[in-house]
Amino acid sequence: MRFTPTTQRVALLASVVVLALLPLPDFWITQLNYIALYSLVVLGLVLLTGIGGLTSFGQAAFVGIGAYTSAYLTVNLGFSPWITLFIGLGITAVSALLLGWITLRMSGHYLPLTTIAWGLSLYYLMGNLDALGKYDGILGVPTLSLGPWNVGQGRPFFVLAWLLVLLGAFGLLNLLDSRTGRAIRALRTGSMMAEAMGVNTLRYKIGIFLIAALFASLSGWLLAHFQRTVNPSPFGLKMGIEYLFMAVLGGAAYVWGAIGGALVTKLLEDQLQVLLPKLIGTSGSYEVIVFGIVLVLVLKYLPDGLWSVVGRWLPAPKRRSDDWQRAAALPERAKPALGDTVLEVQAIRKQFGGLVAVNDITFNIKAGQIVGLIGPNGAGKSTTFNLITGVLELTSGTVKFRGEPVSGLPSREIARRGVSRTFQHVKMIPEMTVLENVALGAQLRGHKGAAASMLRLDRAEEHSLLKEAARQLERVGMAHQMHEQAGNLAMGPQRLLEIARALCGDPALLLLDEPAAGLRHKEKQALAAVLRQLRSEGMSILLVEHDMDLVMDVTDHIVVMEFGTKLMDGTPEEVQQSPKVRAAYLGTEH
Amino acid sequence: MDLSIVSILMLDGLTNGAVYALLGLATVLVFTVTRVIFIPQGEFVAYGALTLAIFQTGKVPGTVWLLLLMAVLAALMDVRLTWQHTRNAPRALKAGALTLLVPAVVSAISIWAAPRQFSMLVQALLTVGVVTSFGPLVYRLAYQSLADASSLTLLIVSVGVHFAMTGLGLLFFGAEGFRNPSFWDARFNLGPLALTGQAIIIIGVSLALIVLLWQFFEHTLYGKALRATAVNRLGARLMGISSHAAGQATFAMAALIGALSGLLIGPTTTVFYDSGFLIGLKGFVAAVIGGLHSYPVAAVGALFVGLVEAFGSFWASAFKEVIVFTLILPILVWRSVAGGHSEEH
Repeated sequence: MRFTPTTQRVALLASVVVLALLPLPDFWITQLNYIALYSLVVLGLVLLTGIGGLTSFGQAAFVGIGAYTSAYLTVNLGFSPWITLFIGLGITAVSALLLGWITLRMSGHYLPLTTIAWGLSLYYLMGNLDALGKYDGILGVPTLSLGPWNVGQGRPFFVLAWLLVLLGAFGLLNLLDSRTGRAIRALRTGSMMAEAMGVNTLRYKIGIFLIAALFASLSGWLLAHFQRTVNPSPFGLKMGIEYLFMAVLGGAAYVWGAIGGALVTKLLEDQLQVLLPKLIGTSGSYEVIVFGIVLVLVLKYLPDGLWSVVGRWLPAPKRRSDDWQRAAALPERAKPALGDTVLEVQAIRKQFGGLVAVNDITFNIKAGQIVGLIGPNGAGKSTTFNLITGVLELTSGTVKFRGEPVSGLPSREIARRGVSRTFQHVKMIPEMTVLENVALGAQLRGHKGAAASMLRLDRAEEHSLLKEAARQLERVGMAHQMHEQAGNLAMGPQRLLEIARALCGDPALLLLDEPAAGLRHKEKQALAAVLRQLRSEGMSILLVEHDMDLVMDVTDHIVVMEFGTKLMDGTPEEVQQSPKVRAAYLGTEH
Repeated sequence: MDLSIVSILMLDGLTNGAVYALLGLATVLVFTVTRVIFIPQGEFVAYGALTLAIFQTGKVPGTVWLLLLMAVLAALMDVRLTWQHTRNAPRALKAGALTLLVPAVVSAISIWAAPRQFSMLVQALLTVGVVTSFGPLVYRLAYQSLADASSLTLLIVSVGVHFAMTGLGLLFFGAEGFRNPSFWDARFNLGPLALTGQAIIIIGVSLALIVLLWQFFEHTLYGKALRATAVNRLGARLMGISSHAAGQATFAMAALIGALSGLLIGPTTTVFYDSGFLIGLKGFVAAVIGGLHSYPVAAVGALFVGLVEAFGSFWASAFKEVIVFTLILPILVWRSVAGGHSEEH
């Protein structure tokens, strides 16, 4: 018998209440309460580290902000904890946005380094401010009460904390299975592909850092009212690193790994804190030796953590295609009429220092045309491609798309106007299914954000996006591979996946960067058929390609480049007969 | 605040800054050659200062036993690896013996020399030998087989190594702090300024080491090979430069710099098993000022960090760490504005 995801979730929530009613010893309830508090923090780290590819050693500091804000305001100013929760979250959000905004525009290691410095600063600040009670902290923090019930201790707190953990985990699972989630999962592959799909990568990176910080702050609020006292020690850098340890041990890429990691770490720590001092003969926090060594060993021998072992025994969730059959079709943009000029490239130029990589290249593409861009290695084809798509900045010249200048715009803005592209080296997310990878191409045709995704208010739009992805997969003849993991595909289907993904953006112009590279003969024939079919449907295509058979076979017009300069342009026949082109490819006889 | 206080603070700041400069350079060096952000750099500082302190008491420092233990582990790993590749027992044993050789010799001399209480200079040399030997072993045990992993993974490995080294420091040195005697007790009064011999040694040794490093990278073949590895690991490998050897050499240099920093700073402050971390991180702030790739900017940044710390502890001593580590935020704002566009890693 199979349960739907919704019944599974309700059953999990109910099991928390059942556990609280069972006659478990109080000691275990307390242990599980701490594990819930850790799990909340680690859930945020899973999103940030395992899925987003960023990391933070400063999560303990955000826990501290949540805890100290609530403790200070409830003890000194008599605020209700239910109000201070939101004040704490607000202060956390401002700090996270500031840190993220400063560090994430630079390369990936500045965030973790800054969180180390920030975690230390905050620790010493908490420990030295008179208002916060210095290293003694704040005592007598009120417990949480909900109407007449005290929910801040023992079993009621157990229910509150674990319900929050489960709701947080469900929120994250929902988020990952959505438009926003696909964009977040694209962050790890580097910003180039994500930006070409219209994802503002900086915004998403700051976003996941913010969400992770808010989870930590919530945990801090709970901690302050559960312990009824706060002092700086649980918010130091050591704890910040321990949270990361829990995430890595459990499996940083798995939402349920967060809870597993928190559980194992807490139990391990308790055992070690008793065992090691006995073994060594003096007291001290020797458990860090074990933690450090285990961390290195896990990264070496079990890089996906404990959950990757557990997960193997669980049935893989299957996506049901009838979910989206009845979804509304996405609106499409007005396409240019056959024969209109779609792309005007006017005297574009790129200089790298003294080297002129692209030297005043000019050409046009009309609607319904396949234009080939060819030339020997090093001719500047890829640079031209990158200039048109906004990956590189022009030194001079202009690019107009449908009459509107697009030169100088970032690549995601060019994508928004209806230019889709593929990559010379396939860039996809191997752990996602083919369908999800292709749906990433429709990023700009949806609007629902992270909050809507977590609360599942995005389903109508999500189904429309998936329906569009399925339709484009059918268009390139890959409908039968829709639910496979993208990483398992052979080279040919991978290239077709990229074309389907580009088509999902509803483009008026398709730019293909060496789509036949690495393909076998049959796969090339399939590709040529797809290209011809697209043209018959009115698509305009720019094809950068080395495979002469394919280029001569499908193109209407060819631009030949050599040493950054345009050698000639014309029909395939004219190009084939040109002595200049022969000389460029084969050399001249002297 | 008068001129004499200003000059005392300046001197204090520059003295500490000189040590931070060394650590900052080591951080940049390790990062450029191996892509490892070496958080535990400061642990070598504590190991250096405390190893000398234990030699002073005439006992064998615990680091010697730790060194032997790590060397045996590394040797076993090398035997196994060579055996798997060649199935040739003598070659496998030779590989293990080679790994074991230097640490074993250094340990043997240390065990022999410790109770004989030689002069401080000899003990300092032994300390440098012991702590430097840790460098390649740390690389071999923790990083070598992960050399091609993402820099995120390497960073997480670094915090694991930091945890382990701090805990082992507690295990082998105890929770007690030590303050080493000065290498040179002289005092010079230049007007209002009292210059200590130790300050002169710190600034002098730091300068000498920086010049030495610069000469090494500019004018020796091996230095150039390391720079080549820093630019392109695969390319360097194709040119016959082993990236494992480069990594081990780099870590040896980092450990050497750490040990020397520990000797330099030992007489100016009480060092505990976990003191190295904060000292190392200040070198780190300097390295970040240099964008993790510029040696001169990192060195200047280190002096700046030292000065900020000195003046910070004068005005608000309780908040000196807060001030130093919050400094990283305006620095990064400046870097991202000066750097212009975003960098890919």
